[in-house]
Amino acid sequence: MPAQPEGDVPPLDGTLPRDSAARAGGATFSAYVHVPYCRVRCGYCDFNTYTAEELGPGANRADYREQLGREIAVSRRVLAGSPLEDRPFDTVFFGGGTPTLLPATELAGVLDDLRRAFGLAEGAEVTTEANPDSVDAAYLQTLADAGFSRVSFGMQSAVPHVLRTLDRTHDPSRVGEVVADARAAGLDVSLDLIYGTPGESLEDWRTSLEAVLEHRPDHVSAYSLIVEPGTRMGAQVRRGELPMPDEDDLADKYELADTLLAEAGLTWYEVSNFSTSSATRCDHNLAYWRNADWWGYGPGAHSHVGGVRWWNAKHPRAWSDRLGGGNSPAVGREVLDADTRALEDLMLAVRIDGEYPLDRLAPSAREHIAHLLAEGLLAPATVSTGRIHLTRAGRLMADGIVRTLSDHLA
Amino acid sequence: MAPQVSAESRKRIDVAATPPDLIRNFCIIAHIDHGKSTLADRMLQITGAVQPRDMRAQYLDRMDIERERGITIKSQAVRMPWEVDGTPYALNMIDTPGHVDFTYEVSRSLAACEGALLLVDSAQGIEAQTLANLYLAMENDLTIIPVLNKIDLPAAQPEKYAEELANLIGADPDDVLRVSGKTGEGVEDVLDRLVREIAPPVGDADAPSRAMIFDSVYDTYRGVVTYVRVVDGRLTPREKVTMMSTGTSYELQEIGVSSPEPVVSKGLGVGEVGYLITGVKDVRQSKVGDTVTNARKPADAPVEGYSEPKPMVFSGLFPIDGSDYPVLRDALDKLKLNDAALAYEPETSTALGFGFRCGFLGLLHLEIVRERLEREFDLSLISTAPSVVYRVVMEDGTEHTVTNPSEYPEGKISEVHEPMVRGTILTPSEFVGAVMELCQNKRGSLLGMDYLSEDRVELRYRLPLAEIVFDFFDALKSRTKGYASLDYQDDGEDTSALVKVDILLHGDQVDAFSAVVHKDKAYSYGVAMAGKLRGLIPRQQFEVPIQAAIGSRIIARETIRAIRKDVLSKCYGGDISRKRKLLEKQKAGKKRMKMVGSVEVPQEAFIAALSSDDAPSDKK
Repeated sequence: MPAQPEGDVPPLDGTLPRDSAARAGGATFSAYVHVPYCRVRCGYCDFNTYTAEELGPGANRADYREQLGREIAVSRRVLAGSPLEDRPFDTVFFGGGTPTLLPATELAGVLDDLRRAFGLAEGAEVTTEANPDSVDAAYLQTLADAGFSRVSFGMQSAVPHVLRTLDRTHDPSRVGEVVADARAAGLDVSLDLIYGTPGESLEDWRTSLEAVLEHRPDHVSAYSLIVEPGTRMGAQVRRGELPMPDEDDLADKYELADTLLAEAGLTWYEVSNFSTSSATRCDHNLAYWRNADWWGYGPGAHSHVGGVRWWNAKHPRAWSDRLGGGNSPAVGREVLDADTRALEDLMLAVRIDGEYPLDRLAPSAREHIAHLLAEGLLAPATVSTGRIHLTRAGRLMADGIVRTLSDHLA
Repeated sequence: MAPQVSAESRKRIDVAATPPDLIRNFCIIAHIDHGKSTLADRMLQITGAVQPRDMRAQYLDRMDIERERGITIKSQAVRMPWEVDGTPYALNMIDTPGHVDFTYEVSRSLAACEGALLLVDSAQGIEAQTLANLYLAMENDLTIIPVLNKIDLPAAQPEKYAEELANLIGADPDDVLRVSGKTGEGVEDVLDRLVREIAPPVGDADAPSRAMIFDSVYDTYRGVVTYVRVVDGRLTPREKVTMMSTGTSYELQEIGVSSPEPVVSKGLGVGEVGYLITGVKDVRQSKVGDTVTNARKPADAPVEGYSEPKPMVFSGLFPIDGSDYPVLRDALDKLKLNDAALAYEPETSTALGFGFRCGFLGLLHLEIVRERLEREFDLSLISTAPSVVYRVVMEDGTEHTVTNPSEYPEGKISEVHEPMVRGTILTPSEFVGAVMELCQNKRGSLLGMDYLSEDRVELRYRLPLAEIVFDFFDALKSRTKGYASLDYQDDGEDTSALVKVDILLHGDQVDAFSAVVHKDKAYSYGVAMAGKLRGLIPRQQFEVPIQAAIGSRIIARETIRAIRKDVLSKCYGGDISRKRKLLEKQKAGKKRMKMVGSVEVPQEAFIAALSSDDAPSDKK
């Protein structure tokens, strides 16, 4: 799993710098809740997850809500008395790991705790990730009743051999059933896909996309597989047992996804995210790319509030030990200066269609904008709206575009 | 007990007053690894010149590089006492550089001697370089004493190689001495033979003084130390001397001999070999081959044989870190003090930045200079492919001397002259076919062929020097399982059908990759270089053609396809810091790229392309 970045040592009580209110990331506020448990660890996954049985008392699933409650108390205390205190959550997102390894009532309980601490905004978006084989109709109904509005199923692929390479255990046919159950409970449905798994052909990918469209989701996320060092798959690639995903193949697959999803009415709004309408976009995801404020709860979770980024102790044990001692679970942080924030704003917002305003760039950027337009990486709408719109080719080159424009921030 | 010279007898061979009859001057001609330094060590021990407690291996090889590479770059003279039939003698052993690059220095060392030990490994036989130096010694009328070394080795074949040596010098195989520098066996016989067979030096003690410089070495504390052989007259301390080639005069601050540690003397007479210190700081003021004479009573004519060092091979040296340029400049200035043959001038390359175009005597010289720069001055360098000196005559009659392919003239060329060499190759007879094929392929013409013995052949070829400096050594070694050896010497120039091949990246010429090649090889050079670069240059945001061209004519083309995907699909659990740091790292990496037009080329690509697999690595 990835190491946490290097940063400053945060104060034990997690206090933010005095001027952080003035540097809030906009008016909205979000919560991310990391649930670090999985039934099995997938070979490609470098997220902070543990199988349920490997953690001892104080850090295991049964104590999770209680531990999380302590961090919620820390967040209350840190924000108390500042203008940041009075923002209810606009979005809440349960991710992992596999949040649905917890009983539905447990997830509902955590949401209640958050609601009690900060409140939920009118029409707040509340999402949980779910494995197709870890939920059923009753489970989903419980979530909907507790205030969840959205469920994001980790479908990944509809092709058995691809799922096997990914160590995913669910039966592809299960997806249709749980999507129907979610709809019946009144939840919006998103399906997550991974492309570029070693051994996946372009036809396999088409099969997965077509399967997704049959389920008529409101939202699709399509992420290319990234082989990370330190994962089992990383080791297999290093040893030559699996081929390294080929960048041209990934580009082909992205283009196929964009074509098929667009034909079915799912248009892109962020490089890897597609939705049926502006109403079904994932606001929580957008909050990240808009560099908004969020509190990340749980082991290893990252937060961004008031111009400060911090990250929690990764291991559930270390995280709970710090909370048990009455301290903040944060182990590192960065207080961002204006230049760094400007760079991050560009790096993140370029990926959202029509988000980043050209007037944040210096006049010296103009020739590069013209060049990018001529090369077909920026869409003509960039000029008419004064905001960056990437073409499909441009989306595939977004990091390169950021590198070019970042030398010309106003 | 070895016949070391007693304290009483030593007075007869006092440095300042030894009669020429009691002096013997000799050198050792040997291939690297044939045991010259070890034999010299034994001689120092057996004669008592070095006391046992002071002895260390390869005593005479002073520089680290010499000791590590087992080669002798700079010669030095050592005076050893030895008694034969009750008479004490002073033996001056003049250490000669063992490599083809230093043929001129070898010739001056030989000129300071009356005899030479021909030292050959009894497991390997004679090598081409040794043969070349042997011929030089024979031309100088030196008495040759053939010696087979390493007779203690299980693989030694003394009978076979004694026969070979005897054939070469016209002697009886029984006259070939057999020794082991390692065990000391036979070394006393060698010393006795030196005294008995080599003629004592002859000179006119009353004539105006003449001493020939056969080496000069820069010493940080003493300035330049000049090694001379006195031909006529006598040199004394405090006397004012003139260097006859330049007419400059200096006072002799110190005179002495190496024994092997410096011993100050009241003077040096006819036939003596020793050192002079004048306080000059640059070896260019004390040139090998020049004649030292008394300033007030100068000789009429210098000792014959002097010539200026002439660079034969050129290469651009560039610091990998551009900010090291001043360090490189100072380092070259320092090395120059000790290396009269090193020539350099500033050069600017669009691809490699600021550096120096350097001239060298040959490939080994290049390698030694580069290694010293990296080792002694902690520099990391890129060197461009070695080039020779071309003389380009235009149709309008103007002439250009080209030492750098990027300076090759445009326009209508009438003819191009390239330097040629006479190459001597010794090879086991089973590889004759392979060697001939190689030489033909390298545009060589056969001059002659002789059997040295039943299974060893000497091949003589006339070849373009440019082919030798490219990859000849490696190709020769690989075709002969490492058994063949090569020596070459300057042999004028020839007109050739040469062309300059340029490499273009996205239409922009990359100066560091231009090469002057024969027109028949232009295509294969172009294809190989374009192919290599395609593998080394990362994909860009646009398609990048790599072209090889002669003038405006494209002869080869490769394409680097545009990169299609340069985006990470997501952030790791909100770890924006990680993503930003990756971006900052990429931006820093971009700054280290060299821009060729609009193409970003990593420095490593230049290094890899220039230090090609084809480039010579064994220059010995």
